[in-house]
Amino acid sequence: MFSKESLTLNAKDEVARITSWLRETMGRMRRRGLVVGLSGGIDSSVSCALAVQALGKERVFGIFMPEKDTSDDALTLGTRLAATFGVETCIENIGPALSAIGCYQRQAEAVRTVEPSFGEGWKFKLALPSILKSDRLNVTRLVVESPRGVTTTHRLSASAYSQLVAATNYKQRLRKVTEYYHADRLGYAVVGTPNRLEYDQGFFVKLGDGAADVKPIAHLYKTQVFQLAEYLGVPAEIRARLPTTDTFSLAQSQEEFYFSLPYGQMDLCLYGLNNKVPLAQVAAATGLNEDTVRRVYEDIEGKRRTTAYLHLGPALVEPVFAG
Amino acid sequence: MDIRDQVRQFILTNFYVPEPATITDEASLLKSGIVDSTGVLEVISFLEETFQVTVADDEMTPDNLDSILRISAFLDRKRTEPALQASA
Repeated sequence: MFSKESLTLNAKDEVARITSWLRETMGRMRRRGLVVGLSGGIDSSVSCALAVQALGKERVFGIFMPEKDTSDDALTLGTRLAATFGVETCIENIGPALSAIGCYQRQAEAVRTVEPSFGEGWKFKLALPSILKSDRLNVTRLVVESPRGVTTTHRLSASAYSQLVAATNYKQRLRKVTEYYHADRLGYAVVGTPNRLEYDQGFFVKLGDGAADVKPIAHLYKTQVFQLAEYLGVPAEIRARLPTTDTFSLAQSQEEFYFSLPYGQMDLCLYGLNNKVPLAQVAAATGLNEDTVRRVYEDIEGKRRTTAYLHLGPALVEPVFAG
Repeated sequence: MDIRDQVRQFILTNFYVPEPATITDEASLLKSGIVDSTGVLEVISFLEETFQVTVADDEMTPDNLDSILRISAFLDRKRTEPALQASA
């Protein structure tokens, strides 16, 4: 019978498989080590721990890349992670570069199309409607909070929404540019840290957090990433932290921004869809009704369609390299 | 030009449709990849600005917006709403 235990893996064997693959891949790429951007979240923490397990702490370099909207605990948790695994790190504050390139100003311009008073002291985030309540299309809403704490919700125009997303994507792209600076300097490869939900559903920025040389946990469901975290000894505070996007000034959960369901239920739905588990069993395992599971499946397939382009490399008229 | 033709023309000119003849009035705009979640916002802006209707959040469903036919039917209903309310 299908249940959340269906996702349980043998952590020891899986760590051995991934670390062996990392060592073999490093040899093939002729890189001497790995650079990992550390966010204080579970995915980058597990990726860092795997890198250390595979190559040794001397060959792993961690980077903290805060900016003005980064949560307060990101650096604290990231530092604890680095200390736990003995990894050398540095802090690269990307805020000034984001300001200089116009990230915040372009975000604010988009927000002001619906909230003209938006400015210093205001906060915002993007949020999706709940998939549990209706079959409403995935039209993202802007949530704005005034300095007095009053929250309002708005529908953006297509152009304002696209500008807001495009401006925000500077953050992920600038982080990747910074990771590659250190990778080039050290002769290392860059680790991408998406889990299976993020990779499958296109929850990444092309040439931003989507860019990397290796993605050691992209095949693992988020639940499995938590299993490995425990096995590898990732600090409990990091394992207990609610996954967030840490991208906008207002705190935002990942399901609110992208997945529509908490990761435990999303994992089960994605596994059920991938493995053709009978709908009734997925419904029982998730505690959702069959109609809702069907809507989640449609949402998963819709996101696969609309984000397929993110996975593509540059198209060529014809192959350039033989074989 | 009737509503369905106006909707079709908007879809074909605003989005990139390599082979317009393959898009029937009944074809799913979402499943064919022509319209994504940002595209839905563009469709709504087109409807609100061109036909002076207001699309409520709970009306943003595939039933109302996922094909040229469905959008046209939705518009028909929206435009007759005031008359229906007035005569009620």
